[in-house]
Amino acid sequence: MSTTDIEPTDTVDARGAACPGPLMDLISQVRGAESGDVIRLLSDNDQSLTDVSEWVDETDNELLAVDESGDEYEFYVEVA
Amino acid sequence: MTDRIAILGGGTGGAVLANNLAERLGPEIDAGDVDVTLINDDPDHVYKPVWLYVPFGKREPADARRPLQSLIDDRIDLRIDRVTEIDTDGKRLELRDAPGSVAYDYLVVATGSTLAPTEISGLEEGGHDYYSESGALALRDDLLSMTEGHLVLSVIGTPHMCPAAPLEFVFMADDWLRERGLREDIDITYTYPIQRVHGNPHIAEWAGPIMDERGINVETFFNADAVDPEAGTVTSMEGTEIDYDVLAAIPPHRGVDVVEEAGLGDRGWVDVNKHTLEADEAEDVYALGDAATTGVPKAGSVAHYQAGIVAQRLESEVRGRPATATYDGKTLCFIETGMDAASYVEFDYENPPSPAPPSEKLHWSKLAYNESYWLTARGLL
Repeated sequence: MSTTDIEPTDTVDARGAACPGPLMDLISQVRGAESGDVIRLLSDNDQSLTDVSEWVDETDNELLAVDESGDEYEFYVEVA
Repeated sequence: MTDRIAILGGGTGGAVLANNLAERLGPEIDAGDVDVTLINDDPDHVYKPVWLYVPFGKREPADARRPLQSLIDDRIDLRIDRVTEIDTDGKRLELRDAPGSVAYDYLVVATGSTLAPTEISGLEEGGHDYYSESGALALRDDLLSMTEGHLVLSVIGTPHMCPAAPLEFVFMADDWLRERGLREDIDITYTYPIQRVHGNPHIAEWAGPIMDERGINVETFFNADAVDPEAGTVTSMEGTEIDYDVLAAIPPHRGVDVVEEAGLGDRGWVDVNKHTLEADEAEDVYALGDAATTGVPKAGSVAHYQAGIVAQRLESEVRGRPATATYDGKTLCFIETGMDAASYVEFDYENPPSPAPPSEKLHWSKLAYNESYWLTARGLL
């Protein structure tokens, strides 16, 4: 799925946050989200590439896409 | 014209800053050219690290309290009141008790952390913390009556105060229970929200093997979602359920509402430049310590060092010079690894921590610092 096709419900801007800040910001957002919501996480921390995918694997949530083309990473997570 | 500096919060950061400014700007304060006001809603200053020792019967909550008045330089205008509104455009503060508003030219937000256990269903009823006086006392009662079963330490909220304290708690509990001959009948489990035992990978790499060696069970990727006090269970967003007899939890943390209402940042934390500590969203506003989102631990040492930087910057600004002092992320923590041994880490934005080998000497260094902390609060150490 191209990220341009995805309409996020909310965006979490964790740019500038040190590890594991971006993942924790994502988890915090998912806690308050509804099933079916799509959270877009912005992070400029390389560690997020593994942190986010490993955490999503532990849950029923789905990592729809990761956009690595810009200055920061964009993760799109659909809440189960 | 008088330069008016207002400091919100009389914890470590606010107290050290107030005393530092009294020292730096003493002549200007005496001449009426500078006015420094410290506003705190509790007449006492509280040194929270003492609470770690309360559940093990080693310290009392009273050991963590001293009247703020006794610690703050007489040149500081100390007000025991609560700020109910921050108007960063009009540079004014509204107080709960005092009539009228307080005008400022420079504002420093040092409002610290608050606990938000109600964000997790059942946590307030089913768990205890040692991040508050009442929580530490309740946890002490439960631990003293525990002779068998399952002790669970769950890190639920991050960021939280003193990131080393959850590690310290399980290391101390393990040692304390062994000394009392109860460890074989009491299992200990430590849970953490991400895939390792601590947010900092260097500290996690050091602490993980110690947990293995001590027989402390570890459950990672555990983000507690609900606590059932009746059933004695805690369940995670990841679908794991753990039975407990005593639950020591690190609850979700927040800053204070008035910060969020002022548009300075989410959840009561102030968005700042991590080097200058200036607020992103308002002019002439600084934040330090737990209240500031610098990405470094919410720890007393951080508040202490940041207070020194803000004091230097305010001194420069008041004297009409460019403010050049910047915070480099310096953090210092002792980490208890049992009841009579501790490690130590020091790091900053560029240099990661490298925990020192645990020793009795470092344990006594930590206890000695806790005793001499009151000199830090007074700006002397």
